[in-house]
Amino acid sequence: MKIGLFIPCYIDAFYPNAGIATLELLEKLGQDVEYPMNQTCCGQPMANSGCNKDAAAAEALFVKNFAKYDAIVMPSGSCTHHVRDNFDAIEQTDDVRHVRENTFELVEFLHDVLKVQDFPWAEFPHKVGLHNSCGTLRALRTASMSELGEPFFSKPMDLLGKVKGISFATPKRPDECCGFGGTFSVTEEAVSAKMGTDKVRDHHQAGAEYIVSADTSCMMHQQGCAERAGVPIRFIHIAEILNGARE
Amino acid sequence: MKVKPVNHAKAAEAFIEDTAHMDFHDERLWDLRQKRDGQMHILPEWQELRARASAIKEHTLANLPEYLEQFEANAKKNGIHVHWAADGAEHNRIVGEILEKHGAKSLIKSKSMVTEECCMREYLEPRGVVVTETDLGERIQQLDNQMPSHIVVPAVHKLIPDVAKIFAEHYHTDPNDNSAQSLAWQQRLAARPVILSADAGMTGGNFVVAETGSFVVCTNEGNADLSATVPGLHIATIGIERLVPRMADMGVFIRLLSRSALGSPITQYTTHFRGPQKGSEMHVVLVDNGRSHRLGMEDFWTSLKCIRCGACMNTCPVYRRSGGLSYGAVYSGPIGAIIDPTFNERKYSTLPFASTMNGSCTNVCPVKINIHEQLYKWRRVLAEHHELPFVKREVMHMAGKLMGQPTLYRAAINGTEVALSTMPRFVLYNWLNPWGKHRELPHPVKQTFHSWYKQNRLKTKKKEGESA
Repeated sequence: MKIGLFIPCYIDAFYPNAGIATLELLEKLGQDVEYPMNQTCCGQPMANSGCNKDAAAAEALFVKNFAKYDAIVMPSGSCTHHVRDNFDAIEQTDDVRHVRENTFELVEFLHDVLKVQDFPWAEFPHKVGLHNSCGTLRALRTASMSELGEPFFSKPMDLLGKVKGISFATPKRPDECCGFGGTFSVTEEAVSAKMGTDKVRDHHQAGAEYIVSADTSCMMHQQGCAERAGVPIRFIHIAEILNGARE
Repeated sequence: MKVKPVNHAKAAEAFIEDTAHMDFHDERLWDLRQKRDGQMHILPEWQELRARASAIKEHTLANLPEYLEQFEANAKKNGIHVHWAADGAEHNRIVGEILEKHGAKSLIKSKSMVTEECCMREYLEPRGVVVTETDLGERIQQLDNQMPSHIVVPAVHKLIPDVAKIFAEHYHTDPNDNSAQSLAWQQRLAARPVILSADAGMTGGNFVVAETGSFVVCTNEGNADLSATVPGLHIATIGIERLVPRMADMGVFIRLLSRSALGSPITQYTTHFRGPQKGSEMHVVLVDNGRSHRLGMEDFWTSLKCIRCGACMNTCPVYRRSGGLSYGAVYSGPIGAIIDPTFNERKYSTLPFASTMNGSCTNVCPVKINIHEQLYKWRRVLAEHHELPFVKREVMHMAGKLMGQPTLYRAAINGTEVALSTMPRFVLYNWLNPWGKHRELPHPVKQTFHSWYKQNRLKTKKKEGESA
């Protein structure tokens, strides 16, 4: 299986360690991974703003870059959600369908496709608060949501549970959106920042040293809120922990 | 002059600055959400009920004309006068005429969002009719000259001292009264004489049953029952989407309504109105006011399934932190954001953007309206109809172009590698500046992933190839 690695723009520019950890982790698991150098964006920011036509060029380029791979893996729930569920600014050719059907968010790829049972190199002796982005929680369904009253399941927690020494903090509102919301973080700045600040306080009060998430965009926003509000909490992408990050 | 779009973001910012109100509002509504969860856990068939309620509503809406006519025929047999109002103006005229015919000068009212839609009070009061809201929250809002901020708990954005102040002004009570119980008692004392002397009473209707020609009103304070039965003239104003085919369907909806709304198994009063009492008159005004138009909208017609429980508002993290009044519309919160643009696309063009599209609303909705997906679709419609702010449109257009051209894109990103403390040019755009108002910017990094990969993988791969 040849894997194409997609690294979202904000990870590329601001959180390269999350991207590096994703690549190294997949390599450690014996995967054949390539990062197409001409990639840019999946088109989500434009499409979510209603400007679907403006997403067409990014979507077309995405397909051009990734159609040749058996699987496309990305450390981002919201980008995966866009490609899988909303990627319709361009004509739905066979290549487009192939890309949409074979795009995976990292956690679901590790959990459902590779079915990884062990991360022998990973040890993280810290109390972490898990933040499931709304994309992973309610669109990709990698964890149970409180709204439905369904039996508990959590793919990210299954994976993190295999890491030596890790423990989990339980925030009061684990499923509440953190308020990033893409352009919402700018157009509705006050609400967005309030939601983010409430979110990091909830995790901190639950005793979390770190907030861990499969979505860097949420954490970029939360980190900004935590730093401004003086909430002492750190942020780490799930790929970094699974790849064996220590601190 | 073109109407200005509601500035939700600005109103929300003001709401958030008032910490005491904001925190109470958030906690109070979150508590309702948790109580709702508690009720859901008691009923193993919860998801089946939701699916059934949704199916009944979709079936009814797909056959609305037949069921409406069935209701009309059966209601008439029951002695109910049935009126049809195409819009708010016609509704108000009909109600005005009924009142005039009876020489009614005072109207008591219990809870009807449709009359808010129609601006009925504004129509009747200059014509000499005194309209009095009898429910506590609605009355507080009426006295304060504000719209309801929530469809179930209309004054939830207010604290006890706010109510004490309003009552002191209008009822001459103690402005420092700090007891909710005592304030509720003051309202009771003020309302009872008005109720007993009213010429006419008005209610809404939660459900209209076609096969029996009856309608059902669900309340907790009981004022709807007083409004309906004390004066001898009862007018019920009901939206045409409130129909269900059979009485048996009520078994599904009654179980869902109050559990979703307030987390209580049932409302204190569930009254089935089947016809007038002896010597009194009962009128039902069925209001369209844009509903037929909405029914024809492929992506949005299922919003008519709404049973007005408010669960989407209680769960919405944006609503809880911005308050219902910030939506500047009769219907606020997630359901408001998908309904309001059907009344006025430009005025409410901002509301589908007052959401993170987190999807919590969709998953608590007892009739399974895909609210967050409709928000997404509304954004597209509004963009196509040129209802997006110019700057946002331009930024998206520019970003879209850039994202399609890897070389240009890389040059823009590499700008960050030269001056690491600044954001890429397209991010620097003025429009994005608000990020830093209550938040720090991401930290600069030494190297992008792209550049790291080039250095650590492409070069190594090349070397491996050379040595082989």
